[in-house]
Amino acid sequence: MGSRPPYPRSFAPAVLSPLQSLRSLGGTGRLARVSDVMISLRHVSKTFPGGTAPAVGDLSLDVPRGEIVVLVGPSGCGKTTTLKMINRLIEPTSGEIYVDGELATSVEAHLLRRKIGYVIQQIGLFPHRTIAENIATVPTLVGWDEQRIAERVTELIELVGLEPEMADRYPAELSGGQQQRVGVARALAADPPVLLMDEPFGAVDPIVRSKLQEELLALQDRLRKTIVFVTHDIDEAIRLGNRVAILNVGGVLEQYASPAEILAEPANDFVAEFLGSDRGLKRLSLIPISTVDLDPGPVVAPGGTVEEARRVMERYGTDWFAVVDGDRMLGWLTEDDLRGAATVPRSGRRFRAWLTRSSSLREALDAIVSGRTTMAAVFDGDRYLGMIDVDTISREIVR
Amino acid sequence: MSFLADVLAWFADPVNWSGSGGIPNRVFEHVQLSTFAMMIAALLGIIPAVILGHARRGGVLAVAAVNIARAVPSFAIIALALPVSIALGLGLGFWPTLLALVALAIPPMFTNAYTAVRDVDPGVVEAARGMGMTPAGILAKVEVPMALPIILAAVRVSAVQVVATATLGAIVAWGGLGRYVIDGFATRNNVEVFAGGLLVALLAVATEVGFGVLERLVEPRGLRMLRGQEQVVRPAPT
Ligand SMILES: Nc1ncnc2c1ncn2[C@@H]1O[C@H](COP(=O)(O)OP(=O)(O)O)[C@@H](O)[C@H]1O
Ligand SMILES: [Mg+2]
Repeated sequence: MGSRPPYPRSFAPAVLSPLQSLRSLGGTGRLARVSDVMISLRHVSKTFPGGTAPAVGDLSLDVPRGEIVVLVGPSGCGKTTTLKMINRLIEPTSGEIYVDGELATSVEAHLLRRKIGYVIQQIGLFPHRTIAENIATVPTLVGWDEQRIAERVTELIELVGLEPEMADRYPAELSGGQQQRVGVARALAADPPVLLMDEPFGAVDPIVRSKLQEELLALQDRLRKTIVFVTHDIDEAIRLGNRVAILNVGGVLEQYASPAEILAEPANDFVAEFLGSDRGLKRLSLIPISTVDLDPGPVVAPGGTVEEARRVMERYGTDWFAVVDGDRMLGWLTEDDLRGAATVPRSGRRFRAWLTRSSSLREALDAIVSGRTTMAAVFDGDRYLGMIDVDTISREIVR
Repeated sequence: MSFLADVLAWFADPVNWSGSGGIPNRVFEHVQLSTFAMMIAALLGIIPAVILGHARRGGVLAVAAVNIARAVPSFAIIALALPVSIALGLGLGFWPTLLALVALAIPPMFTNAYTAVRDVDPGVVEAARGMGMTPAGILAKVEVPMALPIILAAVRVSAVQVVATATLGAIVAWGGLGRYVIDGFATRNNVEVFAGGLLVALLAVATEVGFGVLERLVEPRGLRMLRGQEQVVRPAPT
């Protein structure tokens, strides 16, 4: 289960002009790859019959191939409307939508939808069909032969972490979390390049939701789909998105950038308020320890004098020090541990949190706070790298 | 005591088991007419209901249908069907009774089939559309199967009502088990009236049980696990 490094993965520029995309191909003039944009909304608007203001007004947005783009915003701001315009469950009043370079309206709606996975909060499994039959829906529609379907169903049940014997069960026999795993498997069945997900984890409890988010990221590491994910939960958006589109009422795009960028530099007051007063803390979860400088820390080699240990603790203002032999961490000791000893022993207490360079500053802060101290040790495997201190972290918060 | 003995004697009398007035032929007539009426009513009631329910249109019609069915007694329907049948040149007997039974059976089947399809979980329908199923595919593979238990229950309710009401066909000179009741009444033969009533009751119960068994057999397993209470709107007893 590959959990995702906390720092955002790289992403392609959102809007590529034809010239840029040529350049990005090294100027060979090869036009086979239309662009790195998988879904493109061009000045899209939707006004519902009888509606006065548009639910979505003049929205332009490019979704890079192979990335998770999260649409987030307050309830009723037009997220669902935007998502459903991509698979034409809602037809735009004006504007164009391109999917993989093709105008969405250039094919019949039901044929377009067979190439776009769709996962909704209500899940919508067919209650009269088994799990296997549910997953087989789109492959059956597009005419795969029985054996290929059976193999694919087995593969998908395993992929989303369900037990093989669930294949012959009915939806009513599954928990909410299991049902949503089936929902995801069903959407992935015919291997569509695009996945649309509308608050898919909104109806499950927080623990299951967190697990499903983690699984989605692990799945995405393997599958590299283009995913448009709708949520009203900014934490979910930050956790899942390579890019996050923050929408205001009327489908107004307030900011579209990576989570780190948005947290570091909210485009306006609306975004800042939507992120919440703890956005500095949220930001920490996106910054890996490897991006900040480490301090050697209050360390003493085994065999060092008690006097030396006292000096180190005084200098760092701690009531403990670490015993380090070269780059081997032997543990930590307090002043009391030295009573009656002549030199520093070759031992110490284990650190509770084992931070690595890819741990986030948020995790480092947690380790420091729960250890009731000001520093935490960072490792690369068994190798001691140094300490991260609370001041370094707070500098990142205010930045 | 002696009345029951007379009834038993009536059932034991070979005369009542043979010929056009015998029990087998009367049961056959009764079942035949009820079956015709149900088949026609199911076609005329369920098909439009399912299509309207799919489109989520025509709710007013559904409500009107069930209200009319509740308001108009079966006896009145027969009375109304008779002049219509005569005007159409179909005469007495079979046709007015059939007409009345069809008119009686349509509303509950229409209303229940309509609401059953309309009320199919919208999340399921949306998922089906979102996956690229066609409207006809959604109707045939999602909405109708999911509505099937309620539709079948409505068919059962209608069938029982039709079997019971077919008795009244004897008034307009048709056969069936109602003959015993009407003729017995005319000749003040209480034993025959009672025997006729008993036969109708038995046939109605058999219909109820038979359709109940059929429902269990065809109801999709996954739905049975979901099912709460039966949601059929029954017409008021008439
Ligand atoms: N089918 C519809 N008919 C009329 N108005 C709608 C319809 N669907 C959504 N709306 C309106 O459009 C706006 C955006 O809705 P929606 O896209 O569902 O918001 P979100 O998913 O962000 O909560 C809301 O004001 C909603 O009431
Ligand atoms: Mg929504």
